[in-house]
Amino acid sequence: MQIELTVNDKVVLWEVGNDEFLADTLRSHGYLSVKKACETSCCGLCTIWIDGKSMLSCSILSLRAHGKKVTTIEGLPKEAEEFAQILSAEGAEQCGFCSPGFIMSVLAMKNELVNPTEEEIIHYLTGNLCRCTGYMGQLRAIKTYLGVA
Amino acid sequence: MFTMLNLVQPKELEEAYQIFSEKRNNTILGGCAFLKMGRKRITTGIDLSNLNLNYIQERDGFIEIGAMASLRDIEINPLLKDNYNGVLAKSVRDIIGVQFRNGVTVGASVYSKYGFSDLITALLSLDTEVELFKAGRMPLEEFLAQPKEKDILVRLWIRKTSRQAVYLSFRNSATDYSVLNVAVSKLNEQWKIAVGARPSIAALAVSASEMLVGEMPSSERIEMAVQKVTEELSFGTNTRGTSVYRKALCKALVRRGILEVMACKSN
Repeated sequence: MQIELTVNDKVVLWEVGNDEFLADTLRSHGYLSVKKACETSCCGLCTIWIDGKSMLSCSILSLRAHGKKVTTIEGLPKEAEEFAQILSAEGAEQCGFCSPGFIMSVLAMKNELVNPTEEEIIHYLTGNLCRCTGYMGQLRAIKTYLGVA
Repeated sequence: MFTMLNLVQPKELEEAYQIFSEKRNNTILGGCAFLKMGRKRITTGIDLSNLNLNYIQERDGFIEIGAMASLRDIEINPLLKDNYNGVLAKSVRDIIGVQFRNGVTVGASVYSKYGFSDLITALLSLDTEVELFKAGRMPLEEFLAQPKEKDILVRLWIRKTSRQAVYLSFRNSATDYSVLNVAVSKLNEQWKIAVGARPSIAALAVSASEMLVGEMPSSERIEMAVQKVTEELSFGTNTRGTSVYRKALCKALVRRGILEVMACKSN
């Protein structure tokens, strides 16, 4: 079936399968920042925004994006770069595979929470797994980015 | 991964129910997070997104929760934060992550009667009714006790009272399924104790709850009730814990829950 949606401010008309998930649809159209890893909806690598809310694109049927505004990290180059600079300065980046989904969650958190505590930051980001690090570098970077260090 | 031949988005509940009834493997789609981990072969998937069931509101002395409200909606809704000591928000906050809870729905969580459910345990400790399209309104405990029948869970109704409730769970790691979860509540000297993830579906410990009648039960009464919970409910073994372990956890969590409810501000 056909869906019409806005991806990173661009209106697109895509043909999707009934049982196709949005992560696969996005990847097939070149949005390769969207990663898949766990197959159990718990790693957060495929995090994108739908109408501004962070969602797991691996678990959302593509049809449900019809008429919606989808944002991937490709659509937020300025914000992503600003945070990525801080992230790398803190030595928090290793393989980088989880970074696009992680950064989408951090940016969503910035929009949703005002001056979050360390506990609130950790709680907000528990849905993003990183197998390289111990999360401390990321936490330092987030606090710096949000100005709550 | 499941497969699905057709996908429909009905505009009326009647139409959704009719399509759902037509074939045994026609399926109502919730958030799909759990469904996608199976290998179900679905002829027609029915998406309820166009039925305006994504809401939480107050009506006629109840808090009404539409089936398509997400677990994240439950977590951040001011009405639910301000009532029942925020027990529903607390019950869902450790389920994976924000982006997961933004996608999964209340209707699917309750209708599916998952044994591991955190939300059902908390709902059981309140005065919750489910509204099904065909079978109508009934108390949640009655719905849970019934054999699974094809119906559509339309909304939940939670009587708005000053009931104070506490939710506690034990997890092997932060966002894993609960090894055991407990919800305890009190309204006008009447107590409710619900225990879930035993690992079977949550249930009320009715006799133990009755033992607690009174505003501030004595420590002897509390210990009797704690013991009774483990006698009247069944506990099983799975990869997360043995029945013996669960019973021990149950005693600790129920005791803690009762004490926390007694300490709630409105008391």
